[in-house]
Formats: sequence, structure tokens, C-alpha cells
Amino acid sequence: MTVSAIPSDNGTAMTIKITGRFDFSSHQEFRQIYENASPDIKVYTIDMAEATYLDSSALGMLLLLRDHAGGDNSDIRIKNCNEDVRKILTISNFGQLFRIE
Amino acid sequence: MAEPLKILVADDNETDRMILRAIVQQEGHRVIEAANGREAVERFLADSPDIILMDALMPVMDGLQASREIKERAGGDLVPIIFLTSLQDAQSLAECLDSGGDDFMSKPYNRVILKAKIKAFSRMRLMHAQLQEHNRQMLLEQQVAKTVFDNVAHSGCLNLDNIRHSLSPLAVFNGDTVLAERKPDGGMLLFLGDFTGHGLPAAIGAMPLAEIFYGMTSKGFSMEEVLREINSRLRKILPVGVFCCGAMVELNFYDKTARIWVGGVPDVYLVRHRTGDLVKIPSTSLPLGVLDPHEFDPTASDHNMDVGDRVFLWSDGIIESHNPMGEMFGEARLEQLFEETDNPDDLFDDILSAVDAFIGKGNRDDDITLCTAKMVHIDDIGMPTFDTSKGTVGGPMDWEMSLELRDQSLKAFNPLPLVLNILMEVEGLRGLSGQLYTLLAELFNNALDHGILRLDSQLKTNAQGFAAYYLERERRLNDLDDGRISLHIRHRPVGKGGELSLRISDSGPGFDHQRMVSGIDENGESYSGRGITLVHQLCDRFEYRDRGNTVEATVCWPKQN
Repeated sequence: MTVSAIPSDNGTAMTIKITGRFDFSSHQEFRQIYENASPDIKVYTIDMAEATYLDSSALGMLLLLRDHAGGDNSDIRIKNCNEDVRKILTISNFGQLFRIE
Repeated sequence: MAEPLKILVADDNETDRMILRAIVQQEGHRVIEAANGREAVERFLADSPDIILMDALMPVMDGLQASREIKERAGGDLVPIIFLTSLQDAQSLAECLDSGGDDFMSKPYNRVILKAKIKAFSRMRLMHAQLQEHNRQMLLEQQVAKTVFDNVAHSGCLNLDNIRHSLSPLAVFNGDTVLAERKPDGGMLLFLGDFTGHGLPAAIGAMPLAEIFYGMTSKGFSMEEVLREINSRLRKILPVGVFCCGAMVELNFYDKTARIWVGGVPDVYLVRHRTGDLVKIPSTSLPLGVLDPHEFDPTASDHNMDVGDRVFLWSDGIIESHNPMGEMFGEARLEQLFEETDNPDDLFDDILSAVDAFIGKGNRDDDITLCTAKMVHIDDIGMPTFDTSKGTVGGPMDWEMSLELRDQSLKAFNPLPLVLNILMEVEGLRGLSGQLYTLLAELFNNALDHGILRLDSQLKTNAQGFAAYYLERERRLNDLDDGRISLHIRHRPVGKGGELSLRISDSGPGFDHQRMVSGIDENGESYSGRGITLVHQLCDRFEYRDRGNTVEATVCWPKQN
């Protein structure tokens, strides 16, 4: 699996694209992306279009990102989920913490 | 100079052995000799050499076969074998390594290189030995920790006849946990949890969870209170990103009801024994340990259950297990098992064997955990017995106390666990904990539901009414702005035992208790809904006072029977 980051033009938003299985093996990579991100970034978008699956470690990573981005004040969107990914987000009720589009 | 090694030289040519011995001894090592493969194996078994220099071609048994036998017998120990050979072709040299050899050297020997190789393998041996030692130490520590863990996590009532469960850990420790404990009123709480990750890091969180679960359940706290406490403790101690998905079920064997909470695990299934109908209860909450205590609101659903009806709880390991083709077991296959079953009592085994057959020779990549519980008559499982060995002998015998709760406290606080805890200080009352809890709960709930909230118990006579009753109760409790319940409790020593009296008064208007004694109220209906029949069985004396808003019950111990 790979994680890649695309910053937006004005530097206040970032899109993180997940490809393949999103699990513990991408922990290091995922963390590096948001830890190295500019503090000006206010909106994170996780693009799941190419993601096939996520496990509970991936949910944990999303929580870490949320914490990093300001907890309850963070603005994190998750988009283009396939059915399996959406199901996992639904079961864990992550819709209460993230904007799932 | 490095520590001297014991080096086995296996060569059928005496001249070669002599040359090798000279080189090795010059380095300060001890030499053992063998003239063929058979001897090499024997010397290995007798003298446990540290490194072996092995000729490939020898009579009786060649070096390749000897190497295979030695590696097999060495088990986890690293015994480096360096092949000494006049063979030159790549195929033959590769065979030397395939048979278990670690390196090779071509004849004639270069003594500088041979010395360097012995040094290099000596370093590797040390590293390997250290690794082995660390691993051994780690397994030992894990075993000890697991014993402690098992004592904490598996102390409940999972062995009861109406519960079945299966945990299949990927490691010594399990990220999944199953807990069950009886409540003092005879009910039961059942919990299945799945922590992020596997092994030790996942199992560590299960320890405080189990402690809270068992401690609070056996003291009579409600499911919501137990969930709140677990959530806030896990939120405090677990790092961000580690949490516990789970489901909790509270079974009431008197009312035949189940209260079910699901947070982050797949749908809980409720199977009707008579019709085979399936009710799915989906996850409605975030997992435990994610939200701050003030944000966490465990919403549960209530269900009626007939005797024989079952609930099934599982972690995602079942649905997400893979077959060798990478396909997921999935919900559809699971549901099919429920549709096709002839006997719901077999479902537990059916599911486990179906998942097992599905995975086949494939890899297990998650803990697979399953738990089921059946609704039974209270008489079939009896009342719980709690450990009575703690505390001082006798305890306080002559005392009284009063507790008054005002409207704001009535909304948010359940005094029963606290009161029961105080009563349990009296050693003679400990054997009666279940009975006393039920008595307290009946009297307190009557005072609150009927005395203060003015709810009509007739509502509860059918299934819809039951739900309506609790909705209405919640609404009235929310709107409550005036009301008090006071508990006055007295214990005094009598002969070799004691006498406990509970007086509970509410600020409501009361009711015509004179008529109730004759079994008929002003509408000509029976008061059976107030659980009075049950209360009569639980205490020695029982009477209404004042305008029917005070009730006094007396319990004497030791019991005569």
C-alpha cells in the first residue's frame, strides 16, 4: 500500500491519497506525512478512491491525524470510499468524528 | 583474544586434518576430529562443538548427509558448518548450503580466510545466542504476565451453561476479550471487546477493562454506568489511536429482556428460538476509549427475549477472515448459516467450523472471537454467589444511616450499588447480597416510578407497553423538578444474628395501601405490577406506612432454613 500527499495551491489544505490496503504497515508513512505538513494546513482530505480495505490500526491512524489537526476543532474529510471501507467507517461510527463524503 | 572455541574438524584425509588442526590451534581453539560423516554426527552429539569444518566427500556418510542430521538435532541452536571442498561447480557448492551448510571454502585452504571465517561465525553465534536468550526471556515474561492477565480477565461467569465462547489468539496474548458477570439482582452482563492491534499492546488495555467490568457489575451498577466508566478509563490510559470496539449485553432473567449496546463491532444477532427469526442490532456508538467522558453517551436498545432465544456477539475477525484465494468470509455467508440451521443450539459450532473450513490452509490475520448467550429461566441458573471471604469478621452490627436524594440526584444517580456496598460490610448479610439488592431495587424503583413519577405499572403488561413505559419514564424523569426519596437503614444485633430494616419514603402523594392489602386497588385491579409478591418473599416483615408513601421491610439473619 502507498500513501501520498498532495498539498493544495494556497497551502491551507492537503489531500492524502491512500492506495491498496490501509493497515499497520503504513503507520510510519502516514505519520510522516501529517507530521511534516505545514502548520497552515486547516483542512485534510483523505481520498480513499484507491483504498481497498482498512483495519482498526488504520482507524487508529485517522484518530492520530485528528488529534494532530486539533481534535474537536479539526476539519478532516474522508471521500470516495468503496463499499467495504464505508462499511468499516459506519460500524465504528467514525461519521461522528470525520466528515465522510 | 576472543574466547577459545571448540571446533570439530571432519575430513577423511589425515593430512588435511593435520593442516586444519594446526591453523585452528594456532588461534587458540580446541580441536575435535572426525574421519567421516557418521563420526562427525557422533562427535557433535558427544562434544557439542561451537563450529564445524566439514569435508563434503567422505566415506561411510558424506558431509551433506552429516550436515542435515546435525542441523536437525541442533534444533534452535546455531552451529555454523563451513564446508571444505575440492568441488568447484556451482551446483555442488549450492548443494552444500542447501543441506544446511552456512558457508564453504575451496581446497587448498587459505589460512587467512579460514581464520577470518571462524571469527565471523563466532560473532554470529554470539548474536544468535543473545537473540535466543532474549526470546526465551520474553516468552517467560509473557507466560507469567498471561497468568496474571487470565486471573484478572477470566474470573467471571463464562462457564455458565447458557454461555458459550471461543477466543483464538494469534499470539500468547489476545487483542480480543470476552467477559461475563452476574449482577446481584440475578441478571448478567456480557461483554465482547476487540482492541486495536494484537498481542501484548492490545491485551494490556483489557486488564483495567476487566477490573472495572467485574467490580462494577457485581456491585450492581447498570450497563450504562459500567460502559461510561470503561470509556473514561480507557480514554485516560490508552494512547490516541488505540481503542476498544465492543458490544455489551445485559440479560434480565426475571423480565426476560435484553439491553444491547454496540460500539464498533459488527451487528449483534438476536435469534428467536421458536421462529428462527433474526434481529440484527447495528453498531450505534463509537468504540470505547475514543470520546472524552462528557461526550460519551452509550445508547442501548431494549429487546424482549423468550426462553431459548440467543444473542450472538463477534469481533470483525469472523466476517473478515480470508480463504486462500483472498476472498472474505463476509456477512452473507454468516447470515446463510442462520437461515439454514435446523437447530439454533448448534449455530455456535456451525459458525466456528464454517469459518475454519473457509480459511482452510490460508493465513489467519485477525483474532477470531465469538460468544453467545441464551435466555433461560432464573431457576435454571440460580442466583449469583459472590466471594464473601473479604472484610473484617463480624463487621458493624449496631448502626443506622439516612440518605436523601433530591430531584437533581434522582435524575443522574443510582444509589443502590453504594447502599449495597455498605450493607456488605456486615458479614452476616453477605450471603444475602442478591436478595437484598433485589429488595432494595424493588422498593427504590417503586418509590421513584410510582411514588414520584406517577407511572402506571399496568403499562408494563405487554411488549409494546414495556417500551412505552420506559420512554415515558425517561421523559418524566427529565422533566422532574421536585421530589425526594429518603432511605433510612438500621441494623442491630439480635441473638447470634441481626436484624436489618429498610425504610424508604418518597415525597409523592402515596396510594391507598389499605386496599392493596386485600389485593385490590381503587379500580378493582391487582397491584401485582409493583413486584409486591416478590418483595414479600424477600423479607421477613413488610408494611406500608403513612399515606402509602413510606414502606418498611425487615430482614433477619441467620435464615432459619
